[in-house]
Amino acid sequence: MTHIDKLHDSSKLLRVEEAVVNKFKDSITHSAYVNRELTMVVRKKDLLKVLKYLRDDRRFMFKCLMDICGVDWLGKRDERFDVVYHLLSVHKNMRIRIKVSVAEDEAVPSAFELFDAANWFEREAYDMFGISFENHPDLRRILCDYGFDGYPLRKDFPLVGKVEAYYDNDLKRVAYKEVDMPQEFRRFDEQSPWEAMTGNATLADNPNTFSEEEFK
Amino acid sequence: MVTQTVTKEMEFGENFTLNFGPQHPSAHGVLRLVLELDGEVVERADPHIGLLHRGTEKLLENKTYIQGLPYFDRLDYVSMMCQEHVYCMAIEKLLKVEVPERGSYIRVMFSEITRLMNHLLWLGTHALDVGAMSVFLYAFRDREVCFDFYEAVSGARMHANYFRPGGVAKDLPEGLTKTIKEFTDAMKGRLDEYEGLLSENRIWKQRTVGIGIATAERAMSHGFSGPMLRGSGIAWDIRKAEPYEVYDKVKFDVPIGKNGDSYDRYLVRMEEMRQSIRIIEQCIEQMPEGPVKVQNFKISPPKRDDMKSSMEALIHHFKYFTEGFHVPKGEVYAAVEAPKGEMGVYLISEGGSKPYRVKVRAPGFAHLQGFEMMTKGHMLADVTTVIGTQDIVFGEIDR
Repeated sequence: MTHIDKLHDSSKLLRVEEAVVNKFKDSITHSAYVNRELTMVVRKKDLLKVLKYLRDDRRFMFKCLMDICGVDWLGKRDERFDVVYHLLSVHKNMRIRIKVSVAEDEAVPSAFELFDAANWFEREAYDMFGISFENHPDLRRILCDYGFDGYPLRKDFPLVGKVEAYYDNDLKRVAYKEVDMPQEFRRFDEQSPWEAMTGNATLADNPNTFSEEEFK
Repeated sequence: MVTQTVTKEMEFGENFTLNFGPQHPSAHGVLRLVLELDGEVVERADPHIGLLHRGTEKLLENKTYIQGLPYFDRLDYVSMMCQEHVYCMAIEKLLKVEVPERGSYIRVMFSEITRLMNHLLWLGTHALDVGAMSVFLYAFRDREVCFDFYEAVSGARMHANYFRPGGVAKDLPEGLTKTIKEFTDAMKGRLDEYEGLLSENRIWKQRTVGIGIATAERAMSHGFSGPMLRGSGIAWDIRKAEPYEVYDKVKFDVPIGKNGDSYDRYLVRMEEMRQSIRIIEQCIEQMPEGPVKVQNFKISPPKRDDMKSSMEALIHHFKYFTEGFHVPKGEVYAAVEAPKGEMGVYLISEGGSKPYRVKVRAPGFAHLQGFEMMTKGHMLADVTTVIGTQDIVFGEIDR
């Protein structure tokens, strides 16, 4: 246990967990308090209800949406994507993480009506993963190039990309062509078959193996 | 700046669209703004970002934790160590290790030096955009001294890669704290000087007072953080609210604004620099002796001396830098109070030595999103003021 852990008061978040789970029994499929963080998995159709409740209830006041993050679980889960919302309450000094899972052909309801910040964060999730958001006012790409094809953060998108830019002398402008690797992309796999660098299990109990005498 | 040709056919009172950037001296990098103007008044502003997108998050998924760390220097490339800090904190939270106290103090000290560096750059460029040349030259002179501190500890002036999971790369060189103390002593007077140049300056006030107002409610809804939120009167500072490292052991105040305009944010940031100096001085005073990184050699590289005599240490060193250490399965969100606001990392590990997913929550991304809200109804010339006051850097926005 670190000295920061000792400063942290877990009872506040556990109260939030209790209140939300009681109110939305059927909507919350999973809830856990791990690493000083509260995570709740919510059914997609009830997402906005839960977010609105968290934002407006006087006991929580999660008025800041700090982040929306897409996660691709290709081949690991039935519903391919997770959309993760990080909420912050500056009034009560709490954070909460809300997750919804969504299949590739489904859309998540947009949180834009509740938080202005959702606008760009949802555009980013759309740009990077192709997750679509229902009722989003302006679901355009945001970080990728105009006319970009594909969703770069999906696990099946190659690291080197699919096209590369070059200056075309005939066209007198920058153009695209398929990625051409003069040398095959080298993927180093240094993972040991035995457990060499995994000796972290005991770390939690014994963070510092250093002794005072040894240093002197 | 490329303006649309205004032809004679254009009817009186009709709006026209202006393309601002991507290459424009006051765009602070590569910002393309599509502005819809009614005369000189901004009706709509649509920032087009992504011109500096380098796919950092994708790259991180394919690198071990230590290999991924230098990418964080290059996110917000004017406050380097704060970005490293947040990634290290996320990893440490999953590994459940605690940084030794001396390491923590060094981290806090350099986080605050970084804050000084960032705010000096912001001050210089913001004033330059608005029309004050001399502040820029003075601020950059001081910033250069901070780079020397970076160089002294890491060998690199900017992209230091100094914070490592479990501590910092190496201990401070002899006499560095003395040099830093001399710098902070001198800096106090200089900050007064810079404020003397600007705070009561008539032109400066005309250009910043009442410009780019973000009310408290709006600022929260747009996900603002850092000085952008404090300027609107909300006393929120992660260093106070969720203290990390040794921020609970140093004394400092959190300045807040009242009106949420550019001038208030200017005052907030100036005061933050003073508070940073206060923290740096306390760190120098309180810094204990001891190790600077976790002494578990699964997490930090083995000592050079051991490698000369011990075969195991040599093997370990090799495995540490090729395979990397394994991080237990789990997910965490770590956030630090970076100079620009809340810098967060959402890290998912599936075990193994590479992260499954890293999401970088950049403060500038949320701030730039509020750009339209802040510029609507202002004159074209105020657009540069708002870009300046938001303290925008494209490395972190485009990632």
